[in-house]
This record gives sequence, structure tokens and C-alpha cells, in this order.
Amino acid sequence: MPSELVTNLAILVLAGFVGFAVISKVPNTLHTPLMSGTNAIHGIVVLAGLLVIGFSGNGFLNKVILVIAIAFGTINVVGGFLVTDRMLGMFKRKPTPPAPPDDGEEK
Amino acid sequence: MILASFLQGANFLDVLYIVAFGLFIYGLSGLTGPSTAVRGNRIAAVGMAVAVVATLLNKGEGNWALIVVGVAIGTAVGVPAARQVKMTAMPQMVALFNGVGGGAVALVAWAEFRNTGGYAHLAVSRVAVHDGIFRYPILEPHVPLYFACFSLFAAIVGSVSFWGSNIAFAKLQGLLPGKPITLGPAQQLINGGLFAAAVALAVVIASGSHSELVFVLILVIAGVLGNFVVLPIGGADMPVVISLLNAFTGLSAAATGVALNNPALIVAGMIVGASGTILTNLMAEAMNRSIPGIVAGGFGGGGVVEGASGAGEHAGTVRSTTPADVAVQLAYARLVVVVPGYGMAVAQAQHAVRELAKELEKRGVEVKYAIHPVAGRMPGHMNVLLAEADVPYEQLREMDDINPEFARTDVALVIGANDVTNPAAKTNASSPIFGMPILEVSDSHSVIVIKRSMNPGFAGVDNELYYDPKTSMLFADAKAGVAEITAELAQL
Repeated sequence: MPSELVTNLAILVLAGFVGFAVISKVPNTLHTPLMSGTNAIHGIVVLAGLLVIGFSGNGFLNKVILVIAIAFGTINVVGGFLVTDRMLGMFKRKPTPPAPPDDGEEK
Repeated sequence: MILASFLQGANFLDVLYIVAFGLFIYGLSGLTGPSTAVRGNRIAAVGMAVAVVATLLNKGEGNWALIVVGVAIGTAVGVPAARQVKMTAMPQMVALFNGVGGGAVALVAWAEFRNTGGYAHLAVSRVAVHDGIFRYPILEPHVPLYFACFSLFAAIVGSVSFWGSNIAFAKLQGLLPGKPITLGPAQQLINGGLFAAAVALAVVIASGSHSELVFVLILVIAGVLGNFVVLPIGGADMPVVISLLNAFTGLSAAATGVALNNPALIVAGMIVGASGTILTNLMAEAMNRSIPGIVAGGFGGGGVVEGASGAGEHAGTVRSTTPADVAVQLAYARLVVVVPGYGMAVAQAQHAVRELAKELEKRGVEVKYAIHPVAGRMPGHMNVLLAEADVPYEQLREMDDINPEFARTDVALVIGANDVTNPAAKTNASSPIFGMPILEVSDSHSVIVIKRSMNPGFAGVDNELYYDPKTSMLFADAKAGVAEITAELAQL
């Protein structure tokens, strides 16, 4: 087996255990934000789109496919984090003024 | 010059990726408490920004105009959608975002396939940037088998997730009926056949075929499978399905990461896979059902028929009540437990409920909320809605916490919840929901159910609770009904 594959599989397995350890501590109350937050994180596939499009061997159809993929990934990331931020804003404790303005978006 | 080559060096970019996934893990661990959660989410978002910047610094990067177009379209669609969506529409929004993620995975896999001539050879310019972060794992003229395997896995799972999520979205949005849509008993056979066909074609490609037709066929078959898996699943099972599809998209992203040798993708995808799996398990446990059982199709055609015929067998009568009577009953209670369900979400009644609770608290009535883990259409759905209406989260009680308290509860006010209160889950072994843990509202001194009609819930099972002599029914839309009670209460 190529050594990169072995390294990557090790990362894969360890990340799985880290994920289980971190996520199993999240209380029921926060399950919806957890889901939409992790939802945003798998938008990281936008990186794959950025990597593959950067590469000169792409024909016309490939460019179309990849632009759509990047658009999809961006929707996933930007929308996911924004929605989670809005949702979590509602779990803040009382002293905060009602209807706090939304911020905290990222690109 | 030196700085530029340092910034683009493989090691530096690798370090940025490590920083990025470190931020993901740190951010997510903030989600363990309401007070740290906002910050946690933003930290994860910063991690994402770091990962994107690292990718754009990559030496082989090009086609900037196209990247800008893609990101601009995504931002133009994603930002307004996220800002304007109502909290009640959150489940379908999450399903949609999940779907586009899965779609992106499948499309990237397709582009990889085309770029490598059907996993036949490495594209030339990729070899040229092999000392950048973007490199093939080994620089041989042939694509390694594992590349094809992980990429094909991503293609199949991504496509299933994309189409499955779209169906889930359509069901939650009301574009498709929420009840199971099945092809009948042959459904499982057909699904199994589709899955086997997709895997078989993947094997054909992995073992040397370079045909793009076969690859596209795999995407199509997986897409049809995604449709067929989610269509038969009833609305009440949606929390399980959404979690499962979330896990799928995460795992497919991790597979893409292995194929592209990108640690950030692997770690992020895998964490999402783990979290989705945990949530799926929790949801399935809360319904006392197996995940394969749910995926195999709703509560089954049989359960619905059984429930419908069972409706006539009840000797008991249903007692109907009025908002004025309910108001009196609530005003003289000491402890009122509100049991919200999907009906509250549909009617967007959470603010009305909060108003009612305020009015009651003014009169010294203690108000608590009993939250069943699968109430609504998404894990934690009720918590979000009630938080939106400014209900203090200390008043929200989980099932195990509140069940012993029903015995000293004067009035249990059931608003749009059905199956999660059905005593048949404990008493009737032939019921399709038998064994599902429920909120034991029938232990309280009296029960008031606000419901539009006597229609059974999504499980299609009749609810004995409604025939209980302690129960009175207020037939109304949840929002209008609660508002009327509040108005009557104010006049007392």
C-alpha cells in the first residue's frame, strides 16, 4: 500500500474517534444547531472543487461541472454557518437585547 | 519571492490545513453548552476560511474567473436563503444545504473521472505540481486503484445524498405529501437491485473500464436509489433520515479527501460522519426502531391500514372542550406541562405558546415544557422553536427528566404532538409504535389536546389518549387555539 494511503487511513480512523468523543457530549437541546453546524462543515468539499478546477486539463464540460460544484459547496458552507449562527443566537441568555442583529458570517 | 515560495510550500499549506481542522474540532466542542455554542460555530467558520485560503494559495491554482463565478453564485443563493428562512422551516433548509453538499461531492468525483481519462492516467499538470499540496499520492503513470475506489464511493454516496435530501426537502416543504410513497412490497427488492447495480458498475470501472457512460450511469442509478430510499419514509421519521443523509455527505466528503490526499477534507468529513451517525442512532433509539427498518420504508403500508381499521374499534367517546373552559382549567392549576409537537411548528404557534405561558406565570402557575427527542422533523427541533420564542431553556425538560413529574402535573397541554404521547406504545404489543419511549402525559391529572381534527398522526396510528376520560380535546389550529385561550385567560 502506498504510504500516503496508510497515513490518510490513519487520519480517517482517528478523526472518526475524535468526532464521536466530541459530539457525544452535545446535549439534546443543541442537536439542531449541531446538525446544521456539522452540515456547514461538510461543505468543505468546496475545497475539492477549488483544487480540481485549478488544474489546466479541464475541458468545457468539466468547467461547467466544477463551477456548479463550487457553487453548491459555497451554498453549503455559507448558508450552513449563517443558519447555525442565527439559531444559536436564540439560545443566548436573557440579558442580551431582544432580536440581536445577525453577524458572524464568513466567506 | 522567498515569501511567496514559502507560502506556497507543501509544508506550510499542510500546516494551514492542520490549523483548519484543529479549529473545526475546537469549535464543535464549544457546541456542548448554550453559552459557548455561538463562539464555537464561529470558530469552525474561521477554520473553514483558513482551509479555503490555504487551497487558493496552492501553486497549481488557476481558473480564477470561474472560481469567482462559482463562489458568487453560491453566496448569492446561500446568504439570503439562510437569512430569510423562518425558524419553522429549518428542517427543510438543513436538508437542502445537505443536498447541495452531496451534489458537490458527486460532481467533483465526475470531474476527477473526466480529468484522469476514466482513472486511466494522471493529468499532466497535476504531476507538475506534485511538490505543492495538490499532488497525487504516488507519481506513477497509472492512477492507483484506491483513488478510483474512494472516488467511486464518493460519487455513489454523494449522489444518493443529493437526491435523498432533495426528496426530504420536498416532503418537509409540502411539495410532496409527507406520508410514505412506496412502490409496494417490491420496494426493498428494487432498492437492493439498484444498490447492487451501482456497486457492480463501480467494480467494472475500478477493474479497468474507462467508459464515461458507465460512470454517468452510476450517478444516475445512485440518484434513483436516493429518491426511492427517502420517498417511502414518513414525516415522523424525518429526524432520522436527515441525520443519516448528513452522515452520508460527511463520509463521501472524507472519501474525496482520501482520493485527493487532502487532510482537511478527511478530518472534516469524518467528524460530520461521526456526528451524523451518533444523531441517527439517538433518534432511532428514541423511536425504538432500527435504522435499517426505517430506511426500508416508513411504518410500512401495513401499519397505516391497521391504524385506520383500528379507529372504529374504540368504544370510548371523545370529549371536546372550548377555549374558555381550557383557560379556567389552566388558571387554577399549579403545574402545567406543555407538550409541543410538529403541529406547533406547522402552525408557527411557538410565540403564541410563549404568550400563554407568560400569562399563566403572572398568575403563579408553574409552566414547563416536555420535549420528546423526536418531536418535530429534526433532532432538537422543538428546542430551537421555543428558543426563538424566548422560552428560557431551563424550562425545557427532556423526556426522562419530565416523565416522573407528570404525576404531580395538573394539566398536560398537548399542542400538535401525537405519536410521542400515545399510550399504545406501552400497552398495545400489536401497535406499530409499540416499545417507543413516550411522554407519559396520561399520568397527569388532566390532559388537554389541541389538534385540528381526529386525523391520526404521521404514523397513521390511532391515539388512545384521546379517548381517555381525563382528556379533553380542543379542535383548533394550534396558533389560533392557543391565542384564544390566552385571550380568555386575560379576561378571567
